[in-house]
Amino acid sequence: MDELDCEVLVVGAGPAGVAAAATAAECGRDVLVVDDNRHPGGQIWRRSVATGTPSIAERWLGRAQSAGARFAFPLRIADAHDPTRLVAVGDDGPIALRCEQLVLALGASERFLPFPGWTIPGVCGVGGLQALVKQGLAIRGQRVAIAGSGPLLLAVAASLREHGACVLGIFEQAPRSRVRRFGLGLLARPGKLAHGLGLLNRLRGVPRHHDAWPTRVEVRGSSLRATFRTTHGERTLDVDWLAAGFGLVPNVDVAALLGCRIEDERVVVDEFTRTTIPDVFAVGETIGIAGVEAALSDGITAGLACAGRDADARRAARARYRERRFGDALARTYALRDELRALAAPDTVICRCEDTPIADLAHCADAREAKLLARCGMGPCQGRVCGPALAFLRGWSRDSVRPPLVPLTFSELSALDEPPCR
Amino acid sequence: MTDVADAIVVGAGIVGAACADALAQDGWRVRVLERARPGGRATAAGMGHVLVLDDSEAQFALTRLGRDLWRARDWPPSVERDDCGTIWVAADDAEFDAARGKSEWYAARGVRTGLLDARALRDAEPELHEGLRGGLHIADDLVVHPPTATAHLLACARAHGALVEPLRSVRVVGDGNVELDDDTRLSAALVVVAAGLDTPRLLGHRPDALRIRAKKGHLVISDRAPGFVRHQLVELGYLKSAHGGTARSVAFNAQPRRSGQLLLGSSRQVDVVEPRVEHDMLAAMIARAMRFLPRIGSLPGLRVWTGLRPSTDDNLPFIGRLPDAPRTIVAAGHEGLGITTSLSTAKLVADLAADRTPCIDPRWFACDRSTAELAHG
Amino acid sequence: MAEHDLRLRVDGRDVEVPAGHSVAAALANLRLPARRSIRGHARAPLCGMGICFECRVTIDGKRLVRACMVECKDGMEVLTRDG
Ligand SMILES: Cc1cc2nc3c(=O)[nH]c(=O)nc-3n(C[C@H](O)[C@H](O)[C@H](O)COP(=O)(O)OP(=O)(O)OC[C@H]3O[C@@H](n4cnc5c(N)ncnc54)[C@H](O)[C@@H]3O)c2cc1C
Ligand SMILES: Cc1cc2nc3c(=O)[nH]c(=O)nc-3n(C[C@H](O)[C@H](O)[C@H](O)COP(=O)(O)OP(=O)(O)OC[C@H]3O[C@@H](n4cnc5c(N)ncnc54)[C@H](O)[C@@H]3O)c2cc1C
Ligand code: FES
Repeated sequence: MDELDCEVLVVGAGPAGVAAAATAAECGRDVLVVDDNRHPGGQIWRRSVATGTPSIAERWLGRAQSAGARFAFPLRIADAHDPTRLVAVGDDGPIALRCEQLVLALGASERFLPFPGWTIPGVCGVGGLQALVKQGLAIRGQRVAIAGSGPLLLAVAASLREHGACVLGIFEQAPRSRVRRFGLGLLARPGKLAHGLGLLNRLRGVPRHHDAWPTRVEVRGSSLRATFRTTHGERTLDVDWLAAGFGLVPNVDVAALLGCRIEDERVVVDEFTRTTIPDVFAVGETIGIAGVEAALSDGITAGLACAGRDADARRAARARYRERRFGDALARTYALRDELRALAAPDTVICRCEDTPIADLAHCADAREAKLLARCGMGPCQGRVCGPALAFLRGWSRDSVRPPLVPLTFSELSALDEPPCR
Repeated sequence: MTDVADAIVVGAGIVGAACADALAQDGWRVRVLERARPGGRATAAGMGHVLVLDDSEAQFALTRLGRDLWRARDWPPSVERDDCGTIWVAADDAEFDAARGKSEWYAARGVRTGLLDARALRDAEPELHEGLRGGLHIADDLVVHPPTATAHLLACARAHGALVEPLRSVRVVGDGNVELDDDTRLSAALVVVAAGLDTPRLLGHRPDALRIRAKKGHLVISDRAPGFVRHQLVELGYLKSAHGGTARSVAFNAQPRRSGQLLLGSSRQVDVVEPRVEHDMLAAMIARAMRFLPRIGSLPGLRVWTGLRPSTDDNLPFIGRLPDAPRTIVAAGHEGLGITTSLSTAKLVADLAADRTPCIDPRWFACDRSTAELAHG
Repeated sequence: MAEHDLRLRVDGRDVEVPAGHSVAAALANLRLPARRSIRGHARAPLCGMGICFECRVTIDGKRLVRACMVECKDGMEVLTRDG
């Protein structure tokens, strides 16, 4: 098996990982960044076929590269038990990654909740639809409804609109009063306030509902008929796309395999972003959802800490804490309401890989039983969709992750043991 | 606090669940105490191959009865029962001779077998390597999904009045009583200890006689590939691996699941309790399988996991009363056959509990058996 | 069709797609589902970022490939039955 060596291995090339890489490299560390994606940027800085990579991303990537950080794409971590030797898989099969320090910048994914019709093609995530558009999905002239929760709804609506989509409505489950209070709180953060006001401006004319959520979707000819519960009763829209995402959930799989402590769905870290495993750091959405500024300041802190620059790291941690408080406000504002637990009908699929209807979980007491008794979470996604859903619906913590984190052929699995060749 | 129940079963793996079911059907008022969730330990890790084995008369008796009881019962679809049978694969002439010998041995005992020559083997399993010499087909073996079978057995026990209590951990077992981690004490006319690997600890680590050690195994499952194999395939050299003296071994063992997935075993590591997946064992296991199924290399592997078999020095479980604690019956140490032998174990336990003539010679499995004695007996 | 278009073979049918698009986006633009679920229902991308595996296809004989993580290449062979 091929092997790559470095001092600091950064997993994830979103804002958090790139900031960590640039900072550590500028401090003289030998840094390698890997990502599952073919292009750096993570989610918010995802490259668009039409418009390329955002300029702020280019700046950070440029900094990292000119300080000597190396990038290797696409490589996805497939197994991890020794933090100084991870196994990744790319187009040419598995490869071993050796390092002294490890920075996990795995980002987050959307929480999807089951409701009747949520598996019909055309129903997808909110960030999901945006990602597809950046990958080349033609959205011009298409009718879109956006539902779920969180500021991502507005950001995506604005961006889709600029790509020519007809955004017919935004359905936010959080109460208007709470969202308004959150908005007022931004008065203390002029940058974020300006960003928010800018979004609202770009969304002028788009109906925005609060206390509203999707209840079902049906196929009607070549469109989807989506029904929403709103404060004015049921509302029905005929659309081409329904994007629905109920907030973000930290990606923690690699940290979980390594044995890092995870609480409340996120990796636990100290002031310097150190996890409970020595020389393993975690930054960005992996340690909690708090937005891109938090991701950047986490990354800077971790980069400095990796280089042993404790005093500087401590200073950077102050910005980090401020951003993390913003994350707490986000979580309070967009907490999911109880009614969403009752959206699924008994025959609504909960595990999309195994087509398990939610009724099959009636006698299960936790995620592990759901897997063992009802095949829920047994498929290729390893419970990455049903797990976060059930965490909310039932309060079940995720079942343990197992290698390989991404399917590998039997040949590739048997190659994991091969001695290094370079 | 003290309470009474006619029979307490400690541990709700498949063995405890089967015992609870058999005792409840016999009219015992059963209470099952399970530390975590039913069927979540060795039972959740196992392959679910239900088979007869000829390693010894004792093992044959227990597996034969176990398999027949599996066949005789109605199982709900969730148990994924598949009457696919076993093919023991012979690589060369020597193994084929052994297969012939086994075939005769089984036939003499009323087990349906069929000897397959190289051609018949290829017809039965086209993905097998062309160079293989033949096989021994055991038609009545089957495959099941152990966790749902455990849940079903417990549901049957409940239907006969049993109380199943998950998240209740027993600290120590006395004679006719148990003490829980939460300091509750319960007493009963009978205590069945079916706590798998933890059994010796619960009994206060009696000297030598009741030794149960872990034999770690790796398994890997593929994505759906219906029809890739049709029978449970095991190499004839399997028993060497399973019961040989080596600390680490692998053998070819491939199972078709009802879902269309292929489940691949098996490895054995004595006294290893660390659950993590070891790449060298995994690689050895897959390499072994590729000698028999050369095209599995391109199948996607979805998941790898490990499990700990509760194994004894003579490869037979302990099923019987404790000599110095007659109200305690042990049912533990079923190694790699506990799914198969859960039902026969439960029948034996129920017979012993009721002082009926036992369905199988209980001396083979007695807690104070001496291996040397039995070898001659 | 523009100069930089590529040719894919999807379930045996030749289609032209612009360079740079992901296979997931290309299939969606063609209104094709990515796969059939085990009970036979059509499924298409959900997360767009490699998490959900709803977009899995077989590409050039390799199964379980996430279409949202792969860019179209000239001559690529894509199968959209569950793979
Ligand atoms: C789908 C989605 C869309 C979003 N869109 C917006 C938006 O439009 N505007 C906005 O303000 N915020 C958006 N966000 C929030 C945004 O994620 C954060 O603000 C910010 O991008 C977080 O940065 P990060 O570095 O922590 O994570 P990310 O940017 O998510 O980067 C994590 C990276 O890690 C990689 N990775 C994960 N696991 C592995 C592995 N095992 N092996 C290799 N690589 C791995 C991923 O491929 C990814 O590139 C979005 C979030 C999501 C989930
Ligand atoms: C890799 C592998 C493959 C296998 N393949 C097969 C096969 O193909 N065919 C076959 O027949 N067998 C197979 N087996 C063997 C089979 O799985 C085991 O023999 C069987 O599951 C043992 O069941 P058990 O109930 O004794 O143990 P377990 O399932 O371990 O159950 C013991 C139970 O006791 C509970 N417990 C422990 N301590 C306490 C306490 N203090 N208080 C309360 N409860 C407690 C535990 O939580 C557990 O639920 C395989 C095993 C492995 C590991
Ligand atoms: S759409 Fe989720 S993995 Fe591709």
